[in-house]
Amino acid sequence: MLRFIARRLLETIPVLFIILTATFFMIRFVPGGPFTAEKAVTPEVMRNLERAYDLDKPLWQQYTRYLRNVVLHGDLGPSFKYPNRTVNEIIADKLPVSLELGAEALLIALVAGLTLGVLAAVKSNTWIDYICSSTAMIGICLPTFVLGPLLVLLFAIRLGWANASGWYGPVDRVLPCLTLGCVYAAYIARLTRGGMLEVLHQDYIRTARAKGAGQLRVIFKHALRGGLLPVVSFLGPAIAGILTGSFVIETIFQIPGLGREFVNSAFNRDYTLVLGTVILYAALIIALNLVVDVVQVWLNPKLKFE
Amino acid sequence: MVSLSPQNLPSADLTTDQLERGTSLWRDAWHRLRRNRLAVFGGTVVIVFSLTCVLAPWIFHLSYQDQNLDLGAVAPNAQHWLGTDTLGRDLLARILYGGRISLMVGLVASLVALVIGVSYGAIAGYVGGTLDSVMMRIVDIMYALPFTIFVILLMVFLKDPMQAVDAWLGRFSIFGFHAFEGMQGVGKILLLFAAIGAVEWLTMARIVRGQILSIKKMEYIEAARSMGLGTPRIIFRHMVPNVLGPVIVYTSLTIPAVMLLESFLSFLGLGVDAPMSSLGTLIKDGSEKMEEFWWLLVFPGGAFSLTLFSLNFLGDGLRDALDVRASKD
Repeated sequence: MLRFIARRLLETIPVLFIILTATFFMIRFVPGGPFTAEKAVTPEVMRNLERAYDLDKPLWQQYTRYLRNVVLHGDLGPSFKYPNRTVNEIIADKLPVSLELGAEALLIALVAGLTLGVLAAVKSNTWIDYICSSTAMIGICLPTFVLGPLLVLLFAIRLGWANASGWYGPVDRVLPCLTLGCVYAAYIARLTRGGMLEVLHQDYIRTARAKGAGQLRVIFKHALRGGLLPVVSFLGPAIAGILTGSFVIETIFQIPGLGREFVNSAFNRDYTLVLGTVILYAALIIALNLVVDVVQVWLNPKLKFE
Repeated sequence: MVSLSPQNLPSADLTTDQLERGTSLWRDAWHRLRRNRLAVFGGTVVIVFSLTCVLAPWIFHLSYQDQNLDLGAVAPNAQHWLGTDTLGRDLLARILYGGRISLMVGLVASLVALVIGVSYGAIAGYVGGTLDSVMMRIVDIMYALPFTIFVILLMVFLKDPMQAVDAWLGRFSIFGFHAFEGMQGVGKILLLFAAIGAVEWLTMARIVRGQILSIKKMEYIEAARSMGLGTPRIIFRHMVPNVLGPVIVYTSLTIPAVMLLESFLSFLGLGVDAPMSSLGTLIKDGSEKMEEFWWLLVFPGGAFSLTLFSLNFLGDGLRDALDVRASKD
C-alpha cells in the first residue's frame, strides 16, 4: 500500500508541472494584461509597473524565475491586483473559508444521502422508497444556482430566518452548505440505494439473517460495507465538484472564499493569483482522489493496489 | 414495377421471415422504452420543449429582444403569460430563445465529445499494447484534473481572440454578400462547444474502449482481418457500429451534463453575451432581481430543471431499454 501511495505521489509531480506550465503560457499568450483594465496611465508609469512585477523580462525568464520560486520556496509571488499582498497570504486568508464550506456541505451530503439511500433500499418499492427516491431526483435536477437563490428568496427574504449573504455566525453557514450539499446528497442517495439493493440480495445476507441477526445488525454490520462501494468511488468526482461548485455558492451568498477570488482573478488577469489557485486546486483534487482510491481498496478486498 | 425474376425471390422470403421473427435489438429496446412511463414522460417533454424552442421564431409573435420600456417588469398576465423582465421583454420568448442556445450547446458539445471519445477509445482498445496503456494512462490523469477550472480559464482568456473572430465574421463577405452578418457572439458559442466538448469525452473514451476490448476477440473481426481489411476500416465500419448502444446511452446522459456546465459558466458571466441569452444567463439575471420580481427566477429555473429532469429520465430509460451496464472501466 505504501508503495502504491508513493508511486501515485511521484506521478503527481509531472502532472502538476504540466498544469503549471500549460496555465502559465496559456494566460500569457493572450493579449491584454493585469494593468490594461486600469485607468489610462502614461507609458512611463506602465513601464515602471511592468518593471516592478518583472513583466518587462522575456517570458521564459519570467517562467524559470516563477518556477524556481514555487519549487524551492513555495513562494507563489506577489498579487498583481492587491498591492502589497502575496498570493500565499491571500490563499492562507481565503482557503479556510472554502474548505469549511466544502467540508460542511460534504457532511450534509453524506448524512442526508446515506440516510435516504439506505431507507429507500431497505423499504424498497414502498411509499418510503418512493418519497426518498423522488426527493433525490429533484435534488439532482435543481442545480445549485437555481436552488441557492430560491432558498434565499424563501428563507432569507420572505421568512427572514437567515441572512441572505455574509459569512459571520453559524446561521450564515446553513443556507450555503445546504445548497452545495443538496445535489451531492441526491447522487449519494441514488448510488446508496442501488448498491444496497444489490448487496441485500446476496447469499451472505441471507446467511446472516438465517443465523438470527436482527435487521439493524444486518444493515450496518453486513450490508453497508459492500453497499457503500459505489458511493466511495463517486466521492472523488464529488469532492472535485464540491470544491469547484463553491465558485457559484460563494458568488450567490457573497462568501469571502477562494472560489470567488479565483473567478475574479481570472477576470482581472491577476496572473500569479490565477496560477496559484489553479495549482492549489489541482493538488488538492489529486490528493483527495488518492485518498478515495485508498479507502476504496480498504473497503473492497477484491480490489488490489496495482 | 414488381418483377418476379428468380433472383428476387429469396430476398423477398428473407424479409417475411424477419418480419415473422420481428425482433431486433432496437425493436426490443423500443418496446422496453415505451413501457417505462418516466422515460416516455421525459422523452415527450424533451421533444415538445425542443420543437417549441426551435420553431419559436415562426410560432411566437414576440422576439427575445423586443423591448417595451414603458411596461417594465410586470407579473404574469394574460398578455405576457410568464411576465416581462425589467426591460419589458417577454419572459416566455426569452426562455424559448434561451432554450435554443442551451439545447444547441448541449447537443453540439456532446457531439464533439462523442467524436473525440469514440475515436480515442476505439483506437486504444483495438490497437492495444503500449499505445493502449499510454492512452488510457493519459485519460486517468486527466480524470483527476480540475476541469471546471480550465474551462473557466479558457472562457476568460480566449474571450478577446474570439471577439476578433466575431469581428472578422461580421466583415466577411463573398462577392459583397455578408454571409455572417448579425451573427455576433458566434465565436463565443464555438468556443463554448470546443471547451466543453474537450472536457466531456473522457468517460466516453473509457466506455468505448471497454466495449471494443470485449468484441475484439470475436470471430467476425477475425474474419474481417483475414479478408485483409485495413485497421481503420475494421474499427469504424465493423466495430464502432456494435458499440452504438452504450454510446447512445452515454450521449443522452452527457447532454444534460453539458447543459449544466454551460449554465454554470453563464451564471459566472462566462457564457453567451447579451442580447442573446441561455437559460443560465436568464437564471443569473433572475437571481439578481428576485427580491422584487420572483418570476424572473422561478420560470427560467423551472424550465431548466424540468429539461434536465426529462433528459435524465430519458437517458436512464434508454440505459434500461438497451440493457447497458455503464461501467467506468
